[in-house]
Amino acid sequence: MIHLKNVTKRYPTGHEALSRINLKLDKGAMAFLTGHSGAGKSTLLKLIALIERPTRGRLIVNDQDLAGLAPRQVPYFRRQIGIIFQDHHLLHDRSVFDNVALPLVIQGYRQHEIARRARAALDRVGLLHKEGAAPITLSSGEQQRVGIARAVVHKPAILLADEPTGNLDPDLSREIMELFIRFNQVGTTVMIASHDLELISSLGKPMVRLHEGRLQREAQPEPA
Amino acid sequence: MSSRSRRRLNRPTTHARFQAYGINHLRALVFSLGKLYRAPFSSLLTLLVIAIALTLPSILYLILVNLQQVTPQWDRTAQISVFLASSVADDDVPALATRLAQRADVATTEGITRDQALEEFRTHSGFGDAVDALGENPLPAVILVTPALDTQTPANLEALVASLNELAEVDSASLDMQWVQRLYAIMDTLERTTLILALLLGLGVILVVGNTIRLDVQNRREEIEVAKLVGATDAFIRRPFLYGGLWLGLGGALIALLIVATTRILLTYPVQDLAALYGGQYGIRGLTPTDSLTLLATGALLGLAGSWITVGRHLKHIEPS
Ligand SMILES: Nc1ncnc2c1ncn2[C@@H]1O[C@H](COP(=O)(O)OP(=O)(O)OP(=O)(O)O)[C@@H](O)[C@H]1O
Ligand SMILES: [Mg+2]
Repeated sequence: MIHLKNVTKRYPTGHEALSRINLKLDKGAMAFLTGHSGAGKSTLLKLIALIERPTRGRLIVNDQDLAGLAPRQVPYFRRQIGIIFQDHHLLHDRSVFDNVALPLVIQGYRQHEIARRARAALDRVGLLHKEGAAPITLSSGEQQRVGIARAVVHKPAILLADEPTGNLDPDLSREIMELFIRFNQVGTTVMIASHDLELISSLGKPMVRLHEGRLQREAQPEPA
Repeated sequence: MSSRSRRRLNRPTTHARFQAYGINHLRALVFSLGKLYRAPFSSLLTLLVIAIALTLPSILYLILVNLQQVTPQWDRTAQISVFLASSVADDDVPALATRLAQRADVATTEGITRDQALEEFRTHSGFGDAVDALGENPLPAVILVTPALDTQTPANLEALVASLNELAEVDSASLDMQWVQRLYAIMDTLERTTLILALLLGLGVILVVGNTIRLDVQNRREEIEVAKLVGATDAFIRRPFLYGGLWLGLGGALIALLIVATTRILLTYPVQDLAALYGGQYGIRGLTPTDSLTLLATGALLGLAGSWITVGRHLKHIEPS
């Protein structure tokens, strides 16, 4: 499902954020990505979502070799992925509902189908009663959950989350992690970057540790 | 059932995709219109600039069309005065007039003998006594020649005058051609000016729309990034901007139509007065339905072109990070 082969990412500044990463995450699996600040966690997720391109190495995501993907095909590739950012990336001139509906609008769903799915997604994160609210009037945790609803509304095969509990209290953090586990239970492949070792080590899922752009422990050892 | 095949079922079918395409267009159309509505002041400002840019060449075009409409009437009334040599006897004047009238390039003629000329001069000028004092009639006989309808261009008129001058009986034939030639020259200049101005102002419309859309793209940078992140195609993102440009051009052209119509109404009386001074009457020709449609289509196309050029350039630089 997600397969990195010898992936190196060097930014235009010359900084090598990732060095020769080999990593494999099976279909329907779930793993946490940890490491110090600047270790390359966000970079790794960006490579998988094709926000950045690798300097060297190959990425195969959802059976597609990303190197062979033309710019024209990138939008269709991204529709198979749900991405959650630390800083929400919500649009503040639209309601919560409209934010969540955006991926469906983009994919040209009909209005009643959009309404049904967007409400279902909001319901799953417990924010159905806030659908008409402006994102700015929500708490940080609520905004984060709106971001999650938007990431899962189109039922992506892969869910990527970059520190989704970054500034939430422990109870809410655990709640959100359990939400991800539930998505994983219905077949979604999930990869979450997180600092919160205490929380994630209690969830019984494999951890991938990055240190200065190098892999320290793999989720599943790569067969040689 | 694997997660993969389940996902496939969730995907829209081909038919649904076609529907989605239509829905997307409709949404972009409504959305872009709503944006104009939500920012009425800046939209109005842009619309007015576009309208003025479209009004100027339209009015010049109308001036041209009206001048062209008036000119043939003036040509038709153009008369050539053929002054006969003093050797021609008064008795021969009618026969000569008849002979000239038979020419293909002549419509009608009217002969005026020396006696008739003198008589006319006496009654109209008030200098009758002075002429009597000369003792001899100083006036030549004249034949007034009205050119045939198809002899109305300056070149044909000139050829007619030249051939009349070659006749032995003729002392001189003259037509005040200069004003006709000047008018044609003015109209040529005006036509070219209109064309150049229309091209320049059309370019202006493209730039104005382009600039408006560019600002719009920059203001919605975040929205574009998020849309790209959740899988929006460039076509999807481009669409509302393109419709935005289309609306601006179309709206500007609509306002231009109103300005032109108002201008025509404001000019009705002055032009009637002017026509009355020349002993005629004239109603200004405004924009025909075809003209109006052309103006609207031109505005819409210019707006579309303006946004197309800008959006294509600026969208490329906005990528999620
Ligand atoms: N666009 C960029 N251009 C240049 N260098 C970058 C860029 N993005 C990240 N980096 C560098 O790459 C390294 C890895 O960054 P990354 O954001 O992947 O770290 P991270 O593990 O997500 O850290 P954090 O936990 O603080 O979010 C850092 O040293 C960072 O400075
Ligand atoms: Mg990061």
